[in-house]
Amino acid sequence: MNVVVCVKHVPDTEAQVRLRADGRGVDESGLNFVLNYYDEHGVEEALRIKERLGGTVTLVTAGPARAVEGLRAGLAMGADAAVHIQDQVVAGLDHIGTARVLAAAIKPLPCDLVLCGKLATDDNAGIVGPALAEFLGLPQATAVTKLELGDGRRATAHREVEGAVETLEVRLPAVITVERGINEPRYPSLPGIMRAKRTAITVRRLADLGMSTPPTAHVELLQLAPPPKRQAGRRLEGEAAAVVGELIRALREEAKVL
Amino acid sequence: MDFTLSEEHRLVQSTVREWATTRLLPRAAEMDRAGAYPREFIRELGEMGLTGVFTPEEYGGGGMDMVSYCIVIEEIARAEAALAAVLSVNNSLDCYPILAFGTEAQKRKYLPDLARGRTLGCYCLTEPAAGSDAASLRTAARRDGDGYVLNGTKVFVTNGVEADVLVVYARTGGEGPRGISAFIAERGDPGLRVGKIEHKLGIHASSTCEIVLQDCRLPRDRLLGEEGKGFTVAMATLDGGRIGIAAQALGIARAAMEDAIAYAKDRRQFGRPIAEFQATQWKIADMATRIHAGRLLMYRAAWIRDQGRRHSLEASIAKLFASETAMWAATQAVQIFGGYGYIQDYPVERHFRDAKITEIYEGTSEIQRLVIARHVLAAAERTLESPVEDCRPARTAHD
Amino acid sequence: MSAATDVWVVVEPAAGGRPRKITYELLGLARTLAGPLRVHAVVAGRAVRGMADDLAAHGAHVVHVAESPLLEPYTTDAHVQAVGTALAGAAPGLVLIGSTAAGRDLAPRLAARLDAGIVTDCASVAIEDERVVATRPTMTRKAIARVAFGDGIRIAVVLPNVYPPAPAEAGRSAEVVPVAFNMDAGDVRTRVVEVSAIKRETVPLTEADIIVSGGRGLRGPENFALLDKLAKELGAAVGSSRPPVDSGWVPHDYEIGQTGKTVNPQLYIACGISGAPQHLAGMSGSRYIVAINKDPQAPIFGIATYGVVGDVFEILPLLTEEVRKLKSAQRAGG
Repeated sequence: MNVVVCVKHVPDTEAQVRLRADGRGVDESGLNFVLNYYDEHGVEEALRIKERLGGTVTLVTAGPARAVEGLRAGLAMGADAAVHIQDQVVAGLDHIGTARVLAAAIKPLPCDLVLCGKLATDDNAGIVGPALAEFLGLPQATAVTKLELGDGRRATAHREVEGAVETLEVRLPAVITVERGINEPRYPSLPGIMRAKRTAITVRRLADLGMSTPPTAHVELLQLAPPPKRQAGRRLEGEAAAVVGELIRALREEAKVL
Repeated sequence: MDFTLSEEHRLVQSTVREWATTRLLPRAAEMDRAGAYPREFIRELGEMGLTGVFTPEEYGGGGMDMVSYCIVIEEIARAEAALAAVLSVNNSLDCYPILAFGTEAQKRKYLPDLARGRTLGCYCLTEPAAGSDAASLRTAARRDGDGYVLNGTKVFVTNGVEADVLVVYARTGGEGPRGISAFIAERGDPGLRVGKIEHKLGIHASSTCEIVLQDCRLPRDRLLGEEGKGFTVAMATLDGGRIGIAAQALGIARAAMEDAIAYAKDRRQFGRPIAEFQATQWKIADMATRIHAGRLLMYRAAWIRDQGRRHSLEASIAKLFASETAMWAATQAVQIFGGYGYIQDYPVERHFRDAKITEIYEGTSEIQRLVIARHVLAAAERTLESPVEDCRPARTAHD
Repeated sequence: MSAATDVWVVVEPAAGGRPRKITYELLGLARTLAGPLRVHAVVAGRAVRGMADDLAAHGAHVVHVAESPLLEPYTTDAHVQAVGTALAGAAPGLVLIGSTAAGRDLAPRLAARLDAGIVTDCASVAIEDERVVATRPTMTRKAIARVAFGDGIRIAVVLPNVYPPAPAEAGRSAEVVPVAFNMDAGDVRTRVVEVSAIKRETVPLTEADIIVSGGRGLRGPENFALLDKLAKELGAAVGSSRPPVDSGWVPHDYEIGQTGKTVNPQLYIACGISGAPQHLAGMSGSRYIVAINKDPQAPIFGIATYGVVGDVFEILPLLTEEVRKLKSAQRAGG
């Protein structure tokens, strides 16, 4: 089974993020970038499929030059090949445009299954996976916590919906977006890192994908701002029993949470 | 001159940091209290290739360079220093001498398991009466038919309790360094046993013990390198080992600094975080400065070793500076924590205890100064120029 | 093109023949945004025409109905086809979809099919200077993004619980428009095999309504038992700030904050937590925050709804006992 995994290189969620003075983005200087957390789960799932059924694992990303490090991280985990869509217009794409470009890059690849993270931890959008499925004309299952490949023509996917687990049967090839909990991603090994270093990464420009003009963006980021500050509420001070009594009353009658 | 880590070095760093932060750090206090590390850690480290960082891929290792090794040890020590000692011994003191001085058969027999964490190694040099003066060791290796019979006691053997593969130094000839040979012993060899297990000030989770050799018979193919060349093996091994200890020390220093910074931002006295007081800021500034300096010394020593050039002086300088930085930084961290720094609920007293060993093992600070002084004085006789080698144009061994 | 437009709401049916609460929230928002223009509801299901009156009462002027056995339960293929057909004909300027499991599955694919603009996780949608502008939390809540839609179809996927549900007004009626839906069963490429309710031993932190969390002020691992007791009475999950994790008092997955989990419970009770920015980043989205700390200067009090200045070791047992009494009284009272 040949699996394509879409990945994104994003700021480490542990990093302190500084917003750019113009509010149009994040100050990338000194920021540590990593393979998107959910995409690591995608790579891991693909590797497990390959270990069981054979085939190849190909990574695809659309991003700036630094995104090559995200691809290397996935290759170091054990992926076989990587495609880097690197074009200056990529930065200006919205999510739908990105999905269009990824679809164009995936179409010529041998592919029985496409895996994506359910969202990327930089913009938390969750748009690319389902949009990609549409552009590839494939069925989809989103936020999947367990994936079983049966005869190679159908897969069974579990997804957590509000308060329940839904079991879906989906025809292959399909696009599956993965949720945390689907697996425990392996750490890259040192031999894996050395192998990744030797693996040639295919670089594609939009023109190589048969796209003469980039897709038009339909949304525009106006501003990034820090979250609003919360206001301090009420102080409860005094003798402990009285304070607890007042707290219980407030939680019941004012907040109505008890 | 380019001071940036390469792409694969950064990937090694982020990978090991991730493992150490999620797997090791949460267990660090418990490991310190229990005096043991979870066995599955060695398996996990082995799967990642960290038990054989610079062992070539053909022998099952990571196939990486000394700079990578420094990165690995620093990141592990930043989370928990004892496991860094375990790794450091396996990589530097066991895999290395077998790789550098072993026969092809010895390499094929021992390295793949050592490098993949399936077996663990240790290094038996020090004796009760031969510490810094290693050349005076007295463990005897007597020729007997087609092998050797070893008698003596080795002390302060890190990993000794768990080790499967032991590099042992014993005297095959007369007095002095030229009478020493290196051997490979295995757990279960008749006449080899674990003696007294030591209770240490720090690095509790790693074992330290005596190894007792009592009519321990080793076949001839266990000789490591040539007979009488054991001291060369020991010293070449220690040059690399010292760079690893520098990395361990810097990891401890960084842990002390990072914990102190977090605490100083959080802890409020006189109505504000203590990080706003200059007395705290200066301590932290000095910690950062010394850690940065130590890291440059360490990377440079590693880089020279990666060029295949002599690096005894640079290894000693890096080890001396980094270990004294670790002890100093841990002391400052305890001071910043105040009373909380002196109790076991917070990690800095552990850093304080763990730091001390780095000034002692693989050559005390006094021995490092001796080595440095010998090099510097000898070079000064030859030339007035700096004895420290100039940097050649940047080119790393793994390119 | 002006932003003044009819506003469409994609209805999410729940069990019992009524829409889910989010649908009413979206109808309320749609009424505000549409102004004098009309609110359309699109509903797709097996037999959902009966919802039209209820949707009208909550503000829909026009209800577009797609009915087919293939439309229940929800599948991506069938619903994208049904809702897409309704939208493609009208090419509306603004479509509101709830940020639910189904909405997040449907909306991006719909946007791709219709070549629409899409913004997910909207915490607000407004018309400003003739543009439709949404705000959304991003970068794991470290920032709030303001995003403007361009022209064409705009799809806003709106977070639940941020807009009040539209009140029902009797006597309103809506024009009902059938949506052509002719899909073969064979064209639906996914099949729902089973839906089973989730049973949990303990509430996961990220899904808990109430979280009791401890910090350095608890002084040691043994004192987390005090939190466990309170949490048990409240049916809450237990979390921590970073220092207890770093000190090995509690497992890593307890950690809430920049390096741990981000949580948005209804009630967050912070015990002996001073409130470092790294911790606040993970929990300041909580609806109500109770802070218990003996340091009156602790930054946590700056964001607490109720700040209890006192000793956690004195307050916690009292609070646990009072909650226990209250809960058993509530149970006794039915």
